[in-house]
Amino acid sequence: MELVAARPGTLTDKPFHYCPGCTHGIIHRLVAEVLEELDLRGKAIGIASVGCSVFAYDYFRCDMQQAAHGRAPAVATGIKRTQPESFVFTYQGDGDLGSIGIGETVHAANRGENISIIFVNNAVYGMTGGQMAPTTLLGQRSTTSPGGREAKAHGYPLPVAEMLATLPGVAYLARTKVTSPAGIHTTKRAIKLAFRAQIAERGFSLVEILSTCPTNWHLDPIAALEFVDKEMAQVYPLKVFRTFE
Amino acid sequence: MTESMGLMKGNEAMAEAALRAGCRAYFGYPITPQNEIPDYMARRLPKRGGIFLQAESEVAAINMVYGAGGAGVRVMTSSSSPGISLMQEGLSYIACAEIPCVIINMVRSGPGLGGILPAQGDYFQATKGGGHGDYKLLVLAPSTVQEAVDITYEAFDLADKYRNPVMILGDGLLGQMMESVRLPKPVGYLEEKPWATTGCGYGEPRVINSLYIEGPIMEERIRRIFRKYAQMEQDEVRWEEYLTEDAELLVAAYGSTARIAKTAVARARDKGMAIGLFRPISLYPFPYGKLRELAGRLKGILTVEMSMGQMVEDIKLGVEGACPVSFYGRAGGMIPTPGEILTQIEAMWSRLP
Repeated sequence: MELVAARPGTLTDKPFHYCPGCTHGIIHRLVAEVLEELDLRGKAIGIASVGCSVFAYDYFRCDMQQAAHGRAPAVATGIKRTQPESFVFTYQGDGDLGSIGIGETVHAANRGENISIIFVNNAVYGMTGGQMAPTTLLGQRSTTSPGGREAKAHGYPLPVAEMLATLPGVAYLARTKVTSPAGIHTTKRAIKLAFRAQIAERGFSLVEILSTCPTNWHLDPIAALEFVDKEMAQVYPLKVFRTFE
Repeated sequence: MTESMGLMKGNEAMAEAALRAGCRAYFGYPITPQNEIPDYMARRLPKRGGIFLQAESEVAAINMVYGAGGAGVRVMTSSSSPGISLMQEGLSYIACAEIPCVIINMVRSGPGLGGILPAQGDYFQATKGGGHGDYKLLVLAPSTVQEAVDITYEAFDLADKYRNPVMILGDGLLGQMMESVRLPKPVGYLEEKPWATTGCGYGEPRVINSLYIEGPIMEERIRRIFRKYAQMEQDEVRWEEYLTEDAELLVAAYGSTARIAKTAVARARDKGMAIGLFRPISLYPFPYGKLRELAGRLKGILTVEMSMGQMVEDIKLGVEGACPVSFYGRAGGMIPTPGEILTQIEAMWSRLP
């Protein structure tokens, strides 16, 4: 029998702990496929962050470090600077990267740190049970904005990619979504370009991927995908902000 | 084999000792009174094939140390009190993830922004953990520039041996003064670190981690690092005794304060008082055993610190009530003079039965 589909060798056999309908699983797989296709497993060091993807070190079959909340870009910097031949990527959510770790993110980007960041934006704190994130949409309910996010009280959804796009140290920067086969395809291409930016020593690369959180959005998986397409993508337009080729 | 370097400032001498110990990465953020360390590293480290990077904050700096140490290189940071406070989160993670690294704290006065003058108010933070959870740093407190050099050089070996952060607790006085020093020879071969994340090649992946969500596994992790602390308590306890043999009263002090106290003790001896000095060098592990042994034949211990009284609690723990313990402290950057300490010694001496 011919094998037509298999789990990439860069993923472990451990079943994902993610909720039904969450797109972390798709994104993990895309990252793993790109690591494999670019033959990076042996020299890759991944950084797991704090949030739903905290156990990423259980899933990627390469050297991994687990970082404190928000500090993944600093940890990645320490590794990449001392191991310039290695391939260093972080996997972070929007609370980790956009809130508590925005300083580390901006400065790593501004230094043109030669690392790659997978930024999964689902507009909510998932692991802790659905609190408001800096990326939560106006009007969106969360446990800490029970009446819906209001600009006057909570500020505005933080456009991370648009902010980083102003920095000259950024080599590759794109925002994608994984709500359809086409979106998945585009996302994989973006991840590959981000990783190739690092291989070519062009500097900082980041892919922001709009993701779902059916559990904390209180939507079924299909409705959650529609929320990404109809609501989130309005506030966070899909775009290649910077490319190096 | 050592090399005489003539006069060197404490901060620069420690930086040079770190380079000779094989330190290949430095991450830090500017703060007085330790800026000579990053300045020296910025000039010298890249020339020796190392990495110097000024981080955006102490929070980022300690996490860069985490990353680099986790990838196996000899790495350090340095800062002073408020900056060290910001590093506590990272140090807790580093201790749990068992990453070797060296941290120099040139203590200034606090709380708050405090001042830039020498102080010893970070003793509790340094020796009792500092960040969240059950862990210890190995803490060494030099009192001369030469000792600061020797301790810095050895700190990297200790960090690797125990896979634990080692903190060198100095103060502005030690960092700023110049003394003649002999520097050790640069290290040669360093042992491989098979646990380090450098890219696993065709081998099994390595994970640097401090998250163990299941109680029994986390408890075993904590017990594992505490077995290392038990080993340190057996093998790494250090102190200096000065004129303790026939002493009836001891002054206990560490770091810069111990040097000042030594002068006061010598003067007291000149006046015919049987006084000695006990100087803990390892603040964790603390020399409780030696202290208890001495206390049995003493009539009292005067603890002197540049704080409102922190090490004095460990002195009392060590003495176990065997003799009275009194305390004299200056704070806020004020440095006790030998005369002040002598006055305290005389007062205590005159009250002896």
